[in-house]
Amino acid sequence: MIADGVEDEEKWLAAGIAGLQQNAFYMHRALDSNNLRDALKYSAQMLSELRTSRLSPHKYYELYMRAFDELRKLEMFFKEETRRGCSIVDLYELVQHAGNILPRLYLLCTVGSVYIKSKEAPAKDVLKDLVEMCRGIQHPGCRHCCGCCGICASKLYGDEQVVGADAAPADPELRLAVGLSGLQGPAREKEKREKERSELRDLVGKNLHVLSQIEGIDLDMYKETVLPRVLEQVVNCKDEIAQYYLMDCIIQVFPDEYHLQTLDVLLGAFPQLQPTVDIKTVLSRLMERLSNYAASSADVLPEFLQVEAFSKLNNAIGKVIEAQPDMPILGVITLYSSLLTFTLHVHPDRLDYADQVLGACVKKLSGKEKLEDKKATKQIVALLSAPLDKYNDIVTALKLSNYPRVMEYLDSETNKVMATVIIQSIMKNKTRISTADRVEALFELIKGLIKDLDDAFHDEVDEDDFKEEQNSVARLIQLLRSDDPEEMFKIICTVRKHILGGGPKRLPFTVPPLVFSSLKLVRQLQGQEENPFGEEESTTPKKIFQVLNQTVETLSNIPAPELALQLFLQCAEAANDCDLEPVAYEFFTQAYILYEEEISDSRAQVTAIHLIIGTLQRMHVFGVENRDTLTHKATGYSAKLLKKPDQCRAVYACSHLFWVDDQDNVKDGERVLLCLKRALRIANAAQQMSNAARGSTGSVTLFVEILNKYLYFFEKGNPQITVAAIQSLIELITTEMHSDSSTPDPAADAFFASTLRYMEFQKQKGGAIGEKYEPIKV
Amino acid sequence: MSIPLAVLGLSLLAANFLIEAFKPACSISIKFSDGKTRKRVPIKRENGQTLLAPLFRNQENIAGKITIEPHQGKRIEHNGVKVELLGQIVRELDVPGDIYERTTYPFEFSMVEMPYETYNGVNVRLRYVLKVTVSRNYGGSIIEYLNFLVHNYSPPPSINTSIKMEVGIEDCLHIEFEYNKSKYHLKDVIVGKIYFFLVKIKIKNMDIEIRRRESTVTGATNHVETETLAKFELMDGAPVRGESIPVRLFLSPYELTPTHRNINNKFSVKYYLNLVLVDEEGLRYFKQQQITIYRLPLQNT
Repeated sequence: MIADGVEDEEKWLAAGIAGLQQNAFYMHRALDSNNLRDALKYSAQMLSELRTSRLSPHKYYELYMRAFDELRKLEMFFKEETRRGCSIVDLYELVQHAGNILPRLYLLCTVGSVYIKSKEAPAKDVLKDLVEMCRGIQHPGCRHCCGCCGICASKLYGDEQVVGADAAPADPELRLAVGLSGLQGPAREKEKREKERSELRDLVGKNLHVLSQIEGIDLDMYKETVLPRVLEQVVNCKDEIAQYYLMDCIIQVFPDEYHLQTLDVLLGAFPQLQPTVDIKTVLSRLMERLSNYAASSADVLPEFLQVEAFSKLNNAIGKVIEAQPDMPILGVITLYSSLLTFTLHVHPDRLDYADQVLGACVKKLSGKEKLEDKKATKQIVALLSAPLDKYNDIVTALKLSNYPRVMEYLDSETNKVMATVIIQSIMKNKTRISTADRVEALFELIKGLIKDLDDAFHDEVDEDDFKEEQNSVARLIQLLRSDDPEEMFKIICTVRKHILGGGPKRLPFTVPPLVFSSLKLVRQLQGQEENPFGEEESTTPKKIFQVLNQTVETLSNIPAPELALQLFLQCAEAANDCDLEPVAYEFFTQAYILYEEEISDSRAQVTAIHLIIGTLQRMHVFGVENRDTLTHKATGYSAKLLKKPDQCRAVYACSHLFWVDDQDNVKDGERVLLCLKRALRIANAAQQMSNAARGSTGSVTLFVEILNKYLYFFEKGNPQITVAAIQSLIELITTEMHSDSSTPDPAADAFFASTLRYMEFQKQKGGAIGEKYEPIKV
Repeated sequence: MSIPLAVLGLSLLAANFLIEAFKPACSISIKFSDGKTRKRVPIKRENGQTLLAPLFRNQENIAGKITIEPHQGKRIEHNGVKVELLGQIVRELDVPGDIYERTTYPFEFSMVEMPYETYNGVNVRLRYVLKVTVSRNYGGSIIEYLNFLVHNYSPPPSINTSIKMEVGIEDCLHIEFEYNKSKYHLKDVIVGKIYFFLVKIKIKNMDIEIRRRESTVTGATNHVETETLAKFELMDGAPVRGESIPVRLFLSPYELTPTHRNINNKFSVKYYLNLVLVDEEGLRYFKQQQITIYRLPLQNT
């Protein structure tokens, strides 16, 4: 159907153009032969093509433009005609004989322009008459009318040098043109479809545009006469849509500097408009324009200061809001948002202005519930994002005391969005926030992400989104840095204070970065000279560790035991590096307790025990007693794992706990051997178990792994590891591999083969190692 | 010499007895003495052609010369030559005798009472005709006619009130129209306003028409013929309440005549302004209002 409509329209347009051209042809012929009567007849017929109502505005405009071109020729003819002695008054009457109103008006406008130029009658009177006659067009779309106006205006203002040579007469023309386009044009706009609207706006806009290009209107004249009269006209027209369009047009067509210099007058008109006029859009556009103007060149900024643009706009907005008590909150925010943008462009150095705007906004928002209106909240986000974009620096925004107060009016969802925006801004600009105060302020701003503001939305949060935002918080925490340890410690405490309230879902995301951030500080302190003694207040690693201990503990409560365990071990290692034995021991204890009490999943246990072993192995701070306790425990845990292979692997890993290369006091060959033997036993048991359960022995991988351990300690010079032991282990593996019940396992075979190859290689290397290996027969 | 006359050459259109079948033995030409300077006005003939006819006013002298020129070598024997202003005044130009050669007779009707204007209507025509008759015993009389026009001028009326009226349909359409005068001269401009008080229908356009009502009396029967002489679009589109649409209608392009009231008890011509509103369904709402049309003296227009 729609396609058909378009096709039909094409057809109609084509027919219209054809008719128009035909009559235009006859008209030209009449013009060539100076036949006035025929010229009028055919031009009227030509213009009759414009009477159609079947075309969309766009197509109509095309037709109109063609007619418009033809009329130009007619106008030339009229001019000549008057030169030949035909009275313009007669012409003016003659064209009014046309029976149809539309051609009549077009012709009238055409002659009208000649009339004005002839100066036989005051231009004002002619125009007044034209306007009056235009009332005959009552089309809802007013397209014809606008067309007429277009002709009229463009004709008239083309000649404006003539008429406007003297400043004063130009003014009534302006008034009329405004009246013309305003009163006639969009007055009945409401009924129209949206699509037609914009085109109409184009037309009306064009008229005003032409008006703006009149020569001879300089700033003084604009200020003294043109603008006040135009505004008077607008205010008097009392039609909301017309007023809206007209104000908008005025703002759009006249130069920025004019607006700037006449800000008082222009703004003064706003409160006088109809209460339903969409002032916010108009005013926003004005401020947008001025902002762009200010941004265009630094040279113009003094002008802004000179006219005190900010305070004027601020006052005007206040008045408008007062005058329109029904204005939705969205409008209010839009206005403030524009004003803020303006301020940021024009007075980037005046933070107090920005804060003032935000303050006014808060005032307006106060007494209201949190905003429900989606658009309004969006607008607030825009409002709050503006300073971030401008300064590229959250630090500046943090100085705005009203900033967080505005944020409070957002619903939690939007609050989060805003917080994310802030964080992104920080990350993008790599802003360094290096004092605890600012951190405090910042976290106050992003608290939507840090804790649950209300429970309502809790369940609806998308898992991925949640992760995303918490990850960004985590990144933010990493970005908070100060070179001064004191300050950094304060920052850490501040962050900690904020994130601890985050609840079980957030802590796993936020605690680790904080822990690592703290550990970084620890390392920094450790690298420095010891702090001078006697300063009680100074930050010591010990103090940090206390904080860390409490912080990590919270994780074990939520519960996230595995994570907590990892962090405890990290802390223990750091404490180890700081030579703080009791602290490290405490951390280990915590880790062990977690292991015993919280970690019940066997897979998690395996992971945890390997972590514990790994960490413990690197510890050098512990005394014999503490170390014994811890290793003993670790070995015990290992042997109690659920699955035999896991047991086996954990136990042989424990062997390392008794043999640390760079620690001479930890070289207990006997216990290493004990561990390995125990591992062998377990491996054997595993083998038998699988034999009993499945009827076939499992893989020999475990044995090969243990063999590798043997070889490792053998090389390290553990006296307990003998050639005989290795030899027997190799044989054991070989038999196992060739036994009937064993299942072939290529991976294990390859592993074993390369182990043997390694031994061969070591043998051939010669030297001390080669000698050691020499006795082993492969 | 002046004779008060009760005029009239009134003829029905169908009766066309003016065509002469035979070729006459002589040619007769009628020339007015001020024929060069007298204003001529185009009149439409039945065959559609226009021809310029001299224009007279009431109580003017109608004088000129009549020339009779026999065709070569012919002798016209006649019982007398006379000229008459059709039906009313007869002037004997010659006593019975012969005309051998070109002969010219001056004539003059002084201060002729011609109170009625020439009128060319649908069913009725009011003509002024000069008729020259060369009466003969045999071969029939030779007759020549000459049409001329009479326009009578009236001074601008001393009382000329505007026409203003509120009309409409209850709860549907209330309008008020106003025309600046009730009496217009032929080259006048009708200026007015249509004000919409209430519009509940979707109006598509509004026209103003000039209608002529010509009523003729033949015997006991009365014929009324109405013609629309002008149709002028005032407004295109749908107005809303409170809208006021201007009217400016120049009368000069239309072929109007003055209003004639009961001319010789034979006919009347009246003019009406008809305001027509057409709605989107094609329904017509109209209000007709009589106006008087008069003729201003030429120099004044």
